[in-house]
Amino acid sequence: MSAAKWRRAMNTGLAGALPPRQPSAGGQAIAMALPPTLDPYPDSDAPRWLKFLWRTLSPRHVFTLAFVLLLPFVVSPFVIYQVASQALIFGLIALSLTFLAGYGGMVSLAQMTVAGMAGYAVAVLGASGTATSLGWPWGVVVPVALVVAVLCSTLIGWLSVRTDGIYTIMITLAIGVAFYYLVLQNYTVFNGFQGFQKVYPPKVWGINWRDPLPFYFLCLFWSLAGYFFIQWLVRTPFGIVLQGTRDNARRMNSLGYNVTAHRVAAYAVSGLLAGVGGVLLVWYNGLISPGSVGTGWLINVLVIAVLGGMKHPIGAFLGAIVFILLQTFAIDLIDRERFNLVIGGVFLAIVLFSPDGLLGLWAKLRMRFGPSQVLTSTPRRPP
Amino acid sequence: MKLSKRIWIRSMLCAAAAAAVSGTAFAQGAPLKIGLLATLEGPFAAGGADGMRGAELALSQRGGVVAGRKIELVKASSNAQPDVAVNATRKLVEQDKVEIMVGPLSGGEGIAVKDYSKTQPQVTFINGGSGAQATTLVNTSPNFFRFNTEGAQWMVGLGKAAMDKGYKRTMIIAEDYAFPYSQVQGFMAEYCRLGGKVPLKAWVPLGAKDYSSVIARIPKDVDSLLVILGGADAVNFLTQYENTGGDLPMMGGSITVSQDVLNYKGKRRDSLVGTISAGPVADNFDGADWRAFVADYRKAYPVSAGGFPSPSLFALVYYTNMKAALDALAAVNGDLSGGQVKYRETLSKMVLKMPTGDVRLDANRQAIGTTFVTEVVKDAQGNLSTKVLRKVDNVDQTLGMKKEDFQMGTRDTPACP
Repeated sequence: MSAAKWRRAMNTGLAGALPPRQPSAGGQAIAMALPPTLDPYPDSDAPRWLKFLWRTLSPRHVFTLAFVLLLPFVVSPFVIYQVASQALIFGLIALSLTFLAGYGGMVSLAQMTVAGMAGYAVAVLGASGTATSLGWPWGVVVPVALVVAVLCSTLIGWLSVRTDGIYTIMITLAIGVAFYYLVLQNYTVFNGFQGFQKVYPPKVWGINWRDPLPFYFLCLFWSLAGYFFIQWLVRTPFGIVLQGTRDNARRMNSLGYNVTAHRVAAYAVSGLLAGVGGVLLVWYNGLISPGSVGTGWLINVLVIAVLGGMKHPIGAFLGAIVFILLQTFAIDLIDRERFNLVIGGVFLAIVLFSPDGLLGLWAKLRMRFGPSQVLTSTPRRPP
Repeated sequence: MKLSKRIWIRSMLCAAAAAAVSGTAFAQGAPLKIGLLATLEGPFAAGGADGMRGAELALSQRGGVVAGRKIELVKASSNAQPDVAVNATRKLVEQDKVEIMVGPLSGGEGIAVKDYSKTQPQVTFINGGSGAQATTLVNTSPNFFRFNTEGAQWMVGLGKAAMDKGYKRTMIIAEDYAFPYSQVQGFMAEYCRLGGKVPLKAWVPLGAKDYSSVIARIPKDVDSLLVILGGADAVNFLTQYENTGGDLPMMGGSITVSQDVLNYKGKRRDSLVGTISAGPVADNFDGADWRAFVADYRKAYPVSAGGFPSPSLFALVYYTNMKAALDALAAVNGDLSGGQVKYRETLSKMVLKMPTGDVRLDANRQAIGTTFVTEVVKDAQGNLSTKVLRKVDNVDQTLGMKKEDFQMGTRDTPACP
């Protein structure tokens, strides 16, 4: 497809549309603009989505999917709940940062804040052990919490997208710390230091979603949804323009794209992901207090994203798995008073040897030890 | 590319599963496990470490063996945040499979762990050091026991001591969470009844570094300050108050004048001499059992090995709770069968012999025990310690009031401006 067609597609999507609605609008536009020759199996009359699935699914997808589906039936409830579910939740929150930083070039430290806003919205509007909670039904609370997260993330984006690099980090960090102190010192709405206890997931269809197994599948569902959503989104015209603005914002601007609008829209998307993560997180902990949105956790989300690698959405989840495993089990490896040393040491080692995190480490190992694909892919003809 | 990435992902997840499975397998056929949770990070790190020492001391006094079974302590750390405490407890209970759980240290943590204990009826939870009233007052859990007296009980007698000293108007500076609310309530219940006035309460966030705005708000007409800050916060406040030239006499909360604060290095700490306070521990208490306990502590943890000159409040309360766990275990001869029914019954009914006096539990499984009113003194070596002004026995959770009259402490109750 030519650049001119892309631009036309983008412009139809952009015209009059609000930033958060861009991704879907852009997606429809490209679907219309796609020439029919792009259909890989034009002879077959299978539905389009099946062809798409056939083309993109590979054995590794099947294996990973089988693994995550079978895992809870093999390991103890503790591992399902505290290790696997927690890793999926933080993976989802880190994914929102991977999307912003890896595809949009904007490192935001406020992702945990956005997640915390959604979590606090659930605690304040829904039922909790604190008298000030409003006790609305979950069917209202969760959508409102997500809307709050998207709106706040859009606002944060709108404030910070005109800055670059370290200044973005500074602004988002300042917003994160300000929110921390707000919830710490405000008693009328956020109940200060003590926050909210007993914020549990609802019982729906007779299932107690707080039990390890249902909760794991809830987290898994939303993590997969988030993962495939990002996978799809970065291939849409919106995603490609976003990557263009990451690589050269000036050129994209001169090509006629509204760089600021695209970036703010990216923040809105990341707000949705972080919001889902935040709702799951408050249900996971069963409580939310200012400690959950403190500076430590703002940084931890960045650590998770960097640890896994920002080149691919799966990096966020890999980083989260390593992070949660270390945080849970490092205390068993070494003298119990010194276990934070192990955690810090591992992080330092990974980042030192591979600036691209675990994904980069793997790519390096493959280059060194793996088969050279150039040679094997061109079989020699017999003379 | 695809193949290698797949292997990578799978090996990561397999490693995760393997670590988990091997951990579970290890738990079987091992000695009796007791989980121990204290804050080794965050604002109460020094107190948490001393709490661990107290718990270990209780075990080593029995030689690490109870009723012929070897006891293994499985330790975990938190940072005074409730979510971290619950995660650490969950690991001890569900992953390490401890049968008895001792901890946590801080007030908010205690409430969260108590809520969690309801989901694990097969394990007996015994408090560590947390002293929030609500833990055993509202929404109680049938398998959560607390053998230490709590924040409000610790302040009994201080109100009267303050009036005796002639402090008629007092400003309160306290951290903004459940435990200091309890302490303030315990103080004001008595102080207000005797005619004292508290015109201003300043609630500061836990872990605050800058107290200048609080110091600026101290009214001119108060004649004393009640400072209920713990660990590093107390030292920060005292230094800043001294630097601004403040000279009002001070009273301290139970953890403000504990050994972990009194022994921070620095010349400013001398200003603490003469401070009156109340709490479950008095360094210079002249009971024979107490002196034996202090000698044991000093022998096991000399100052050169990181111990305090005298056991801190956290060492004592962790020692109390761990000793209760072990004594009851010895009384039932290590029998934890049948959902630990016998064990829990013994815990509820036992009279625990403590260095500071006997402790028994009320119907909510909350301790009834001794409180000391103390004053800070300096000894010949320059160490600060607390001497006893008055000993109050049999302090219960409603502070001697009727259940209907008793109001749990919050930010705004009680009030007597």
